[in-house]
Amino acid sequence: MRVALFITCFNDTLFPQTGRAVVTLLERLGAQVDFPEAQTCCGQMHTNTGYQNRGRSLARRFERVFAGADAVVSPSASCVAYLRENGGGLDGRLAELTEFLVDRLGVEDVGATFPHRVVLHPTCHSVRLMGIGDRPRRLLERVRGIDLVELGNAAECCGFGGTFSVKNADTSMAMLSDKLCDVLDTGAEVCTAADNSCLLHIGGALRRQRAGVRVMHLAEILAAT
Amino acid sequence: MSKTGFPAAARQALGDTQMRRNVGKATSTIRARRAARVAEVPDWEALRDAGAAIKARAMATMPEQLERLEASVTRAGGKVHWARDAAECNAIVGGIAAGHGARQVIKVKSLATDEIGLNDALAAQGVEAIETDLAELINQLAHDTSSHILVPAIHRNRAEVKLLFEHTIARGQDLGWDITAIAEAARRHLREKFLSVPVAISGANFGIAETGTICVVESEGNGRMCLTLPRVLITVMGIEKVLVEWRDLEVCLQLLPRSSTGERMNPYTSLWTGVRAGDGPEEFHLVLLDNGRTDVLGDELGRQALHCIRCSACLNSCPVYSRTGGHAYESVYPGPIGAILTPQLRGLENAPTLPYASSLCGACYEVCPVKIDIPSVLLHLRGRVVREYKSRVSPEALAMETVGRVFGSQRRYEQAQKLARLGHGPIVAAALPGWSAMRGLPEVPEQSFREWWRSRPARPVRGDGAGP
Repeated sequence: MRVALFITCFNDTLFPQTGRAVVTLLERLGAQVDFPEAQTCCGQMHTNTGYQNRGRSLARRFERVFAGADAVVSPSASCVAYLRENGGGLDGRLAELTEFLVDRLGVEDVGATFPHRVVLHPTCHSVRLMGIGDRPRRLLERVRGIDLVELGNAAECCGFGGTFSVKNADTSMAMLSDKLCDVLDTGAEVCTAADNSCLLHIGGALRRQRAGVRVMHLAEILAAT
Repeated sequence: MSKTGFPAAARQALGDTQMRRNVGKATSTIRARRAARVAEVPDWEALRDAGAAIKARAMATMPEQLERLEASVTRAGGKVHWARDAAECNAIVGGIAAGHGARQVIKVKSLATDEIGLNDALAAQGVEAIETDLAELINQLAHDTSSHILVPAIHRNRAEVKLLFEHTIARGQDLGWDITAIAEAARRHLREKFLSVPVAISGANFGIAETGTICVVESEGNGRMCLTLPRVLITVMGIEKVLVEWRDLEVCLQLLPRSSTGERMNPYTSLWTGVRAGDGPEEFHLVLLDNGRTDVLGDELGRQALHCIRCSACLNSCPVYSRTGGHAYESVYPGPIGAILTPQLRGLENAPTLPYASSLCGACYEVCPVKIDIPSVLLHLRGRVVREYKSRVSPEALAMETVGRVFGSQRRYEQAQKLARLGHGPIVAAALPGWSAMRGLPEVPEQSFREWWRSRPARPVRGDGAGP
């Protein structure tokens, strides 16, 4: 199966290891990965900040870049949800990574080994906008050696919200403080999610506090052997 | 609204640790109760659809429904008044009170009358408005304002209320710490007012065009007292509260209590139609209030804010509200619904920061009993703020324009990635301000994903055997 990767501007620039993990994982599962190099940003930041004309034109640009692909996969639930709502869903050919693995490839056991204590932050856009349900959890549960622990108040927002975290920095940090307490309460070594945007936020504070908890995108755990 | 708007008001609110504890505890309690009550209804999603349809239908035919309501109320012996704005409404209510020589009026909790500042307007003409809802009474005695639609004094705890009552209505008496004894002080104070004040003012949860029936739901019985004991009853109703027919109540009265207080049914559901000799008020006035609602109705996407039945489930579920409390929204309508209603009622230029007072997590939409898509309306209003009020040369607009141009071309995008690595450039500039107080930024890696991709050796792939 041939699949085009939409890495997202955010991951491309700040989290290349997530992209490398997605490629490793998909190739291990027998897919042939393409990377259309003209891709940039989906436009979510512009639209969510109120610059909707620019946001929509970037969504259309995404559509043009990926027009020829049979299947497109992206390791960001937030960007995929945005594209689907703004005319960039490629008529159902665009899938978020865990959807692609579970629904298209029909795999839950991806053959990964990760002997660490892990907590999953479900992310608002995964759960509420995308409706990916428990796919991330099902994939993690099949990872060998993993000690998957429950996150308290899991469905609560971490306070990132894109430019919200800057425009309303104080409120955002109040939300983040509570999320950190819940993460630290689990005693996990790794906090994971299906989106690096939440992890940038949570991880930024964990690092600042020298909490000793790492953040890793779900794909990096699934790629680990 | 203050010049600096929500971010600054929220900052101040967040500094009040007692308030944060009070609101955090109360919202999580109500949230859990609501979840339990909603879970027992097997057709909850269908009920939500029905609620949305009922409100959409009423809004789509509003002029006709309001005229039907006027005719039905008049037929039943009531008098209907039309108020374009706050000043007109206050003058109408003040005129009726003056006509009866009232020095005092008793009030049932009403957001519409808070919205138009009725109490102050009455005070200016020498009429004292006495709030009879326990939480409203607390706020009135403390010279404070409401911070929640359903629980106006949610920001106060028991100790604060005990001390307040001791200094005011209990006249120095020690009330102890027992909640019943503290509440009893309010009960004694209010009972005397119910029995002696001749004019009452209420809001309305629903007004049925078909029958002319007005509905008020409440939990304490103070509403029932106000609606039945005084000689004159004045109801101020926002025009969006109109329902087409009686049977619409079947859906609305299931959705509202479970979503608001987390109860199967409201303790008190009062319904009255005009006046009836020897039973209840002798005179009934219904004041229909516009105050910006018609303008909201003109916005195709934004108008769904008028569907709100004031349950406050969105407040209790909101991660922003449950930390800042209601005062940060600087409006009688706080929380997510306030963030879309206030800017539309007052004009976006008067509340341009409210549509941004959300992380777009979607929790509000998930719980709304009439399925108001609050996140979509927030985005719509953000777009209007940018298009209609923001300067094109504001730092944000310029940054967005620059970043937009960068994303518009692969070449510019890749150049910007290289700049970001040096700690400069538009991507970093857009991300930095306000971020770093609590959160570190990651180092920009030496190699972007695409650079790694290009550097990969060509490798055989299952299938056609060709490298990438």
